[in-house]
Amino acid sequence: MDFPMFHLDWLNDRFLIAIIAILHVFINHGLAVGFIPYIVWLERKGVKMASSNQITDTQWDDIVYRKMKIAFIITTSIGAMTGVGIWFSAALISPTSIGSLIRVFYWAWFIEWLVFVTEVVLILIYFLTWKSSNKSLKSKLRHINFGWFLAIFSWITMAIIVAILGFMMDPGNWNTDQNLLNGFTNPIYLPQLLFRTPVAMLVAGIFGMLLTSIMVSRKHQHRESLLRHAGQWVLTMIPFAVLGAIYYWKVMPAAMKANMSTAVGTIEFAQYYDLLRYFIIGACSTALVVGILAVVKASKIKTVYVFVACLGVFGFLGIFERVREFIRKPYIIGGYMYSNLLRVEDYPLYQRDGILKYATYSAIETITEENKLIAGKEVFMNTCSRCHTTQGVNGITQVFERMYGINKPFEANAMKVYIQNMHSARTYMPPFPGNEEELDALVAYIKNLQITGETLEGVQGSGIAISPHNNAKKVAESRMPSNSTQAPSLSQK
Amino acid sequence: MLLQITTPVPKDIPLALPLPEWLGVSLLIISFLLHIVFIHLMVGGSILTFWAQIRGLKDGRFDVLAHEIAKTITVNKSLAVVLGVAPLLSINTLYTVYFYSANALTGFVWIMIIPLVTIAFLLTYLHKYSWNSMKRTKRIHISIIGAATLIFLFIPTIFLTNVNLMMFPEKWGLVKGYLSALALPNVFPRYLEFLAGCISITGVFLVAYNSRKNYPFDEIYQGEFSREEVKRIGYYFAVLGFAAQILFGLLVVFTLPPKGITFELIGLMLSAGFSLMAALWWSYQSLRIVTLRGDTHLKKIIISVVVFLVFYGGSRQLYRHNALHKHQQLMAEHTASFNELSKKAREEAKLNQVKKQDESANNPFAAGEAVFQQNCSACHQLDQKIVGPPIKEMVSIYSGNEAALKQWIKAPGKKRPDYPQMPGFAQLSDQELQDLSQYILSFK
Repeated sequence: MDFPMFHLDWLNDRFLIAIIAILHVFINHGLAVGFIPYIVWLERKGVKMASSNQITDTQWDDIVYRKMKIAFIITTSIGAMTGVGIWFSAALISPTSIGSLIRVFYWAWFIEWLVFVTEVVLILIYFLTWKSSNKSLKSKLRHINFGWFLAIFSWITMAIIVAILGFMMDPGNWNTDQNLLNGFTNPIYLPQLLFRTPVAMLVAGIFGMLLTSIMVSRKHQHRESLLRHAGQWVLTMIPFAVLGAIYYWKVMPAAMKANMSTAVGTIEFAQYYDLLRYFIIGACSTALVVGILAVVKASKIKTVYVFVACLGVFGFLGIFERVREFIRKPYIIGGYMYSNLLRVEDYPLYQRDGILKYATYSAIETITEENKLIAGKEVFMNTCSRCHTTQGVNGITQVFERMYGINKPFEANAMKVYIQNMHSARTYMPPFPGNEEELDALVAYIKNLQITGETLEGVQGSGIAISPHNNAKKVAESRMPSNSTQAPSLSQK
Repeated sequence: MLLQITTPVPKDIPLALPLPEWLGVSLLIISFLLHIVFIHLMVGGSILTFWAQIRGLKDGRFDVLAHEIAKTITVNKSLAVVLGVAPLLSINTLYTVYFYSANALTGFVWIMIIPLVTIAFLLTYLHKYSWNSMKRTKRIHISIIGAATLIFLFIPTIFLTNVNLMMFPEKWGLVKGYLSALALPNVFPRYLEFLAGCISITGVFLVAYNSRKNYPFDEIYQGEFSREEVKRIGYYFAVLGFAAQILFGLLVVFTLPPKGITFELIGLMLSAGFSLMAALWWSYQSLRIVTLRGDTHLKKIIISVVVFLVFYGGSRQLYRHNALHKHQQLMAEHTASFNELSKKAREEAKLNQVKKQDESANNPFAAGEAVFQQNCSACHQLDQKIVGPPIKEMVSIYSGNEAALKQWIKAPGKKRPDYPQMPGFAQLSDQELQDLSQYILSFK
């Protein structure tokens, strides 16, 4: 309403955030939070294994260093940039919600930033002083301690972020006290943290095993021992990961129930929820098999096996994120703002006067027969486009065709009744915010989309129109009622 | 006045700022300066590495120098990114509507920052870690840092376009994507000034980096370069950069759109200019005497640069403040009057609801109707197919057989191949189910 609408009409706007965010979570969990303790553990093993006249087993240490190097390169490039990318994409697609969150969470994010700066400085020091610390036992041991310190810091960054995530999803809190502490006390906080911590370790162990199987040749004396260690690490983490996952899985319906008024039972959630169970079983048992094989018979380990296990745990993590996002609906900020970025409290106004009157970038003054399709397009852009495209991913034509039959011409009356009531049956949908004429225009537009296959361009390509109701002249006039007769003449000069 | 009708006035986020504005602005300026120093070192370091490595093709000493600078790029870039988060957070908070609007209007290129910078970062790592393995294919190796440098040179144009565009809401209606926003006055002068800053600050950094006592200079250069010679290179770039910065700085002043210019702003900009002149003078002096007397001026140069940065950051903020001040007032008024309207509409809706409830008190099927509206109305209506069949059809099937209807609602089967599957409503209580069925079957 108040921001120009960036829109990706094939990929789907949410999908852009999802791609960036999932990639970030994989890297953050698998290559930082879980990987650092794994690497430090191995570095310490190297010192323990060394003969008495050595500081560390140099060959072992070198392999561990090279693993760290890969994690270092990936986390400080792809990892860092996808982290920024979440901000960038969220700001493009959900400016109203991220803009609201930022006003409440500023200090939380600021503290998170301080911890994060420390983490980056520590990781730079840890990696860049690795080789020079190999000069004496004392400096090597100090380096290892430093590594543990880094591991704790990367875990703290995650623990804070989970609180922010948890707060955003906790309904009720936003409208009452807007305090981040609620993020820590909210019912999903602990389950999430207890899920993410061991899963991060598990992903890291599998990823570490994958790196060993790729990097270290079959003839290398340490290959089997390294694989076995990774196997031990993985096997240790699996029980905790399973427990964490089950705990988290169990609290999810309650979290959803709080948002979607008509309780569990929407088909979509049930499908995701079932899928989750298979992912827990599937991913953990694959990891279990590979882990056992690595411990019992490391020579049999092939890169392909580890790769499959790696995909499994990535999928495991990914599907949990997807469900977590789903249970937010129909809100983007629980109880306060719907996923169409409109505040719940403004709904009565919009439903009475229509939304276009208050949309800063709508050129429509009043809806007429002539501008109906354009008005419908603007209603779509302002109320549907955050989650739906016209013809692409989660496309609106496809959604209706799934209901009414492929290629069957849409029936305007049926659609109107449906849109007015959809939030009752499809509880993940927000109620339609506009008035009668806008509903009419929207339906005409969607019908037109089906017939013409037209697509919708975001402001990044098409630019914006300025609302006749929301420009500087109008606002200035309403400020000075006595001067309102003069203002137009000035603007015409 | 002419612009008024094409100047959008959005509504602000109706939540209070999380901190006093002066504090937010201070944090924005300080964190931005920290960020931009490392950005200067990252971009300037890449340019200098590229230059030194090309010279290194003929003169091996420069290849060593290039390698030494290259090692700093990857560290500086990590710090630049992580330090960039705080100013991003702060500008998002203080100027939410303006910044996000500019982002959306240049959206495609704005989001391309993420993959492009990632690629550039990976290229700098590839370049740094393949120094020895690509000894025989120097030209390809140089083109790696060349590609990274090109990306690093492109990205600042996106940021400058955005921070420029955000200050001119009256221009938003004219903008169609990044290129048209790039063409607005003052983006290029600011860009050129930034590039000159990259060169000067990296030059000073090179001097300081090679002045460190614990830096094993002789071990690295094996006597081919002396510390003084490398420092002279640093001073040389500092002189070049500072001079260009002053020149382009003047260009910035003259191309600045007048709407944010005040005497205070000119004062700040002149002070920034004088600090640069001082830095230039001492750099020039050092260039002449470095072989004899060492770094007597280095500290003074660094202080001048810090002073310059403070004036530079301050003047940017002051201009932004001046340029947006009036518009922010309009926006605040617009937001307040909208909130008032919204509040009235809310109260009105509440009254209507009470009226409705009173009316339905006399209706024997009110409870059932409520359950129907809540759970069924999206797909079923009285005499028209919406998603599922109309009520009339239900009545014709289930009239006199309430139990079967209830059973179907709880766990529906599938009768019609051309209708989508109906979800089950197991969550309805027995009472609700009773009310609902009676309501449905009341349509005879």
